[in-house]
Amino acid sequence: MLVAIRFDDKNPWFSWSYIESNAQTLLDALVEHLYLTAVSIVIAAAIAIPLGVLAARSKAAATSILSISGVMYTIPSLAVFALLTPYLGLSSDTVVFGLVMYALLILVRATLTGLRQVPSEVIDAAGGMGYGKGQLLARVELPLALPSIMTGLRIATVSTVALVTVGAVVGHGGLGQLILSGFRNNLYKPQIVTATIMCVLLALLCEVVLSLVTRALTPWARRRS
Amino acid sequence: MGEEAVVNPIGAAFTWLNDPLNWTNPGGVVDLVVEHMYLSGLAVLLGCLIAWPVGVWLGHTGRGGTVTVTVSNLTRAIPTIALLSIFPLTALGFSTWSVVIPLAVFAVPPLLATAYTGVREADPDARDAAVGMGLSRFQVLTRVELPLAVPHLAGGFRTAAVQVVATATLAALFNGGGLGQIIARGFGKTIAAGAGEILAGGLLVAALALLVEGVLGLAEKYVTPRALRVAAAR
Repeated sequence: MLVAIRFDDKNPWFSWSYIESNAQTLLDALVEHLYLTAVSIVIAAAIAIPLGVLAARSKAAATSILSISGVMYTIPSLAVFALLTPYLGLSSDTVVFGLVMYALLILVRATLTGLRQVPSEVIDAAGGMGYGKGQLLARVELPLALPSIMTGLRIATVSTVALVTVGAVVGHGGLGQLILSGFRNNLYKPQIVTATIMCVLLALLCEVVLSLVTRALTPWARRRS
Repeated sequence: MGEEAVVNPIGAAFTWLNDPLNWTNPGGVVDLVVEHMYLSGLAVLLGCLIAWPVGVWLGHTGRGGTVTVTVSNLTRAIPTIALLSIFPLTALGFSTWSVVIPLAVFAVPPLLATAYTGVREADPDARDAAVGMGLSRFQVLTRVELPLAVPHLAGGFRTAAVQVVATATLAALFNGGGLGQIIARGFGKTIAAGAGEILAGGLLVAALALLVEGVLGLAEKYVTPRALRVAAAR
């Protein structure tokens, strides 16, 4: 599906004709890239935010969660995919599992940092106003931790966009698939360079979009600074 | 292809790891670890040569907080495999440097950021006292700011080195060598036939990264001046 057709024997660094004749292939790879990133970030956030809340509540939980995720973060991505492949096969599950693992650490840390920064007076005041624990979390602590969580989300997303490419080893690397197959297809430069540029642009676009979302979600932070 | 269930991947991996020839043969585990550490070592060295002087200078002058943030944001957006596949296509060709330079790129951000922070956050009282004692700006840097920055520099070195050792695994996909070759070889077969090699390679690479992390963690404690160790413990 991702085999590019070679037009130019001179193998230039960049070629419009490559892009025109492979537009569908590039688009498919971009869509897969976005899909893998989005799924991984959503799953990671769904696990990480509750874990972050748990870590903020208990010191023992914080220590064990942070040290386990620290060890996981040290393990190279290729090793993670290698350890999962015999069980999950050459599937996008393998890639998503690995990506979730890496995003998890960043997001747990960000949630924990955000919750720890909530001023104790604010919590006391909310308690005095009769807020229960759940209300306190949902209406005071999480909103105040949001800037930190969003920073974590931005870093995790940009890192994930870059990391998806490694999924090429199991055949689901989005744009990374084009980089690897371009390399294997007689070092076909236009394909490698086009896919690289698209990947970097996608990461920067995610950065910009998430910055805008953060601004929209936390108007108070903007007013203060 | 390859989607069929593997009978016992762990068993196959241990069979592979238990074969002494897989370790001692030319191109076996021992050779690959040496090559992996050689490439990683050069990359970290190159990263230090670039990032430390720049970071220390930026920290000393107090400029460039944004530079360090921008560098780390930009490198985060660049896929490692893109650089590993592009550098061999340049004038460098397939050489040690076409692997070492891409790896060094990813070593720079942590080294730069910690050098900047370390020097920047040196105790202002200590700096003032040194100036009051008549030390020149250069002496303040070498005798006060740098020693105080050692814990930061060591922490950045560990982060960078672990990252490079981990990233170097990917070089194997682009004929760059290193321990990742065992995984790459396994992926070259069907999953059923290669599962043992893939899993064994994954375990070896993970173990190497954790070992480097552990050893450098100890080294970090060792190089931190005793006075700062006490301060950190508080």
